[in-house]
Amino acid sequence: MPAEIYLNVAVSGVLTGLVYGLMALGLSVIFGVVRVVNFAHGEMMTIAMYLAVALFSAYKLDPLVMLVPIAAVLFALGYVLQRGLINPFINRPEHSQFMLLVAVALIMVNALLIAFGPDARGVQTSYAFASFALGPLIVDANKAYAGLAAVTVAGGLFAFFRYTLTGKAIRACADNYAGALVVGLDVKRLYALTFAIGSACVGACGSMMVLLVDVTPPLGPTYTLLAFVIVITGGLGSMAGALLGGVLIGLTEAVGGLLFTPSAKSMFTFAILVVVLLFRPQGLLGKRLT
Amino acid sequence: MIPLLTDGVPRRGLKLLAAFSVALLAAPLVASDYLLTVLILVLYFAYVGQAWNIMMGFAGQLSLGHALYVGLGAYAAAALYVHFGVGPWLGLWVAMASAAAAGATIGFLAFRFGVGGVYFAILTIAFAEFARIGFDHWSWLGGSAGLFLPVANYGGNDILTLRGSPTMFYYVMLAMTASAFVLCHVLLRSRIGYYWLAIRESADAAQALGIDIFRCKMVAVVVSAAMTSLGGVLFAFYYNNLFPEQVFHISRSIELILGPIIGGIGTLVGPIVGAFLLTTLAETLSEIMRAVGIDLPGIKQVFYGFCLLGVVMFLPDGVWPPLGRWLGLGREEGDRGSGEGKR
Repeated sequence: MPAEIYLNVAVSGVLTGLVYGLMALGLSVIFGVVRVVNFAHGEMMTIAMYLAVALFSAYKLDPLVMLVPIAAVLFALGYVLQRGLINPFINRPEHSQFMLLVAVALIMVNALLIAFGPDARGVQTSYAFASFALGPLIVDANKAYAGLAAVTVAGGLFAFFRYTLTGKAIRACADNYAGALVVGLDVKRLYALTFAIGSACVGACGSMMVLLVDVTPPLGPTYTLLAFVIVITGGLGSMAGALLGGVLIGLTEAVGGLLFTPSAKSMFTFAILVVVLLFRPQGLLGKRLT
Repeated sequence: MIPLLTDGVPRRGLKLLAAFSVALLAAPLVASDYLLTVLILVLYFAYVGQAWNIMMGFAGQLSLGHALYVGLGAYAAAALYVHFGVGPWLGLWVAMASAAAAGATIGFLAFRFGVGGVYFAILTIAFAEFARIGFDHWSWLGGSAGLFLPVANYGGNDILTLRGSPTMFYYVMLAMTASAFVLCHVLLRSRIGYYWLAIRESADAAQALGIDIFRCKMVAVVVSAAMTSLGGVLFAFYYNNLFPEQVFHISRSIELILGPIIGGIGTLVGPIVGAFLLTTLAETLSEIMRAVGIDLPGIKQVFYGFCLLGVVMFLPDGVWPPLGRWLGLGREEGDRGSGEGKR
């Protein structure tokens, strides 16, 4: 095979990986602060994807334009979920939280199945088959736009956590729970806000993802798992790590699918996870495990 | 032997257990074919739930990939039978050995490097998924097209090759569930059982007391994996078909652990109670749906989800601890207590 094919596949893998990275970023933010493993993460993303598909097929609204309202809807969903259901579970053991979110995920997947049926749904944007030629590289327009949008949202999130007072307060909760309580931060509200921000992340990510793949209800658990693998590879609690992990996994999937059969591509993902867990259990950019 | 089994168990508990056992033994005499298949399912989940409980409930290691051991057991025994005509009673040793080897590998990798908690859980999922995709591409075992066991002589019950009627499978499954129950009871009262509980409550404190926590965790994962694989062997010979997408799928792993969690983690009776509740709930829901005439795919699972939600929210320790107290049986030694105070 000529070298350009590898290069093209690699670029497309990196662009998809950026979208994966944003999804994982949402999970990482939630776990890093609230210390709850969101086992309904991928399911929330499929909700966003169905929203994007429904808006597109009904009103011809472009998913990338709808990114903001869809993220807002998921923000609200995340806030309510944390405030109503998850907050009483904050001090419960891990398996208890896990069960709660598995139940939530089960309800979400099957509610989507009832609402939209088992068939794959997708969008056909005007630029679906367009592409940019950069020298020997041919970049798919869908992927380019999605990757760009992912970088923009991630950048906004970085800025929020670094420069705004609320962002700093949330980081304070993550660093020192007791300390945050002592200085008078409303930890409950900040937890709900964090969960909402993490959910908005997957909301935005879902509206990009519909450009790349068709959505079916069982896609939810698959993406939950993928988000975990990425977060652990990149380093739990590290925002840059989530993006890096996403790009790495996206790249591996793409190249693995090219070299072997596409259906075996996630084997490489898990192989990376195992290697990382063995030699660097805190993840590529993670802090030391405590 | 007998005192080892009965010491410290309230007399009331023994009587209830005896009554329950008699009811289960007599069930095939009165149960319809449909009810019998439901009961087989209940016993299967009680059995694998009991096996999972050794790892999570006793030793405190959360495994979310137990479908791996079910699948390895099922495929090992089925492949030996299909390709070489080796019966399940020989095949089950291979099944247990391969599952134990897989468990030991995962345990060795994780516990050596101090991988625990959520990380360990994800590692177990990763191995199960790895196996799922691997078996999907392994043509000798049928690949994604599935592996089928011959179902020629359904006339008589042949216990040696596990070919026969649901009643036979029911009794085999009942024997397995009862043995698992007794084994777990004995384990909990053995030295290693107390070590496990100590590690579950505080690994650091256990280590400080001189317990070899690496070795104890390894024993837990190997015993649990080997026991789970036997469930897989029976699964293979009962259903006669195996697909990697179904056997190794993460939803199988989750399904398997719901019983003990609902019933009460770390208790001996919990996995059995949980399996009864969940399977009965699922079957009742399908019956109601059929009666009302609603045929929406997924609506059953939505109800299922809400029921789960209710149990997790209002009965945090599972159903058995409060139920046991209500029956006047007091607390079991494996009972976790309130489970509060993570932070």
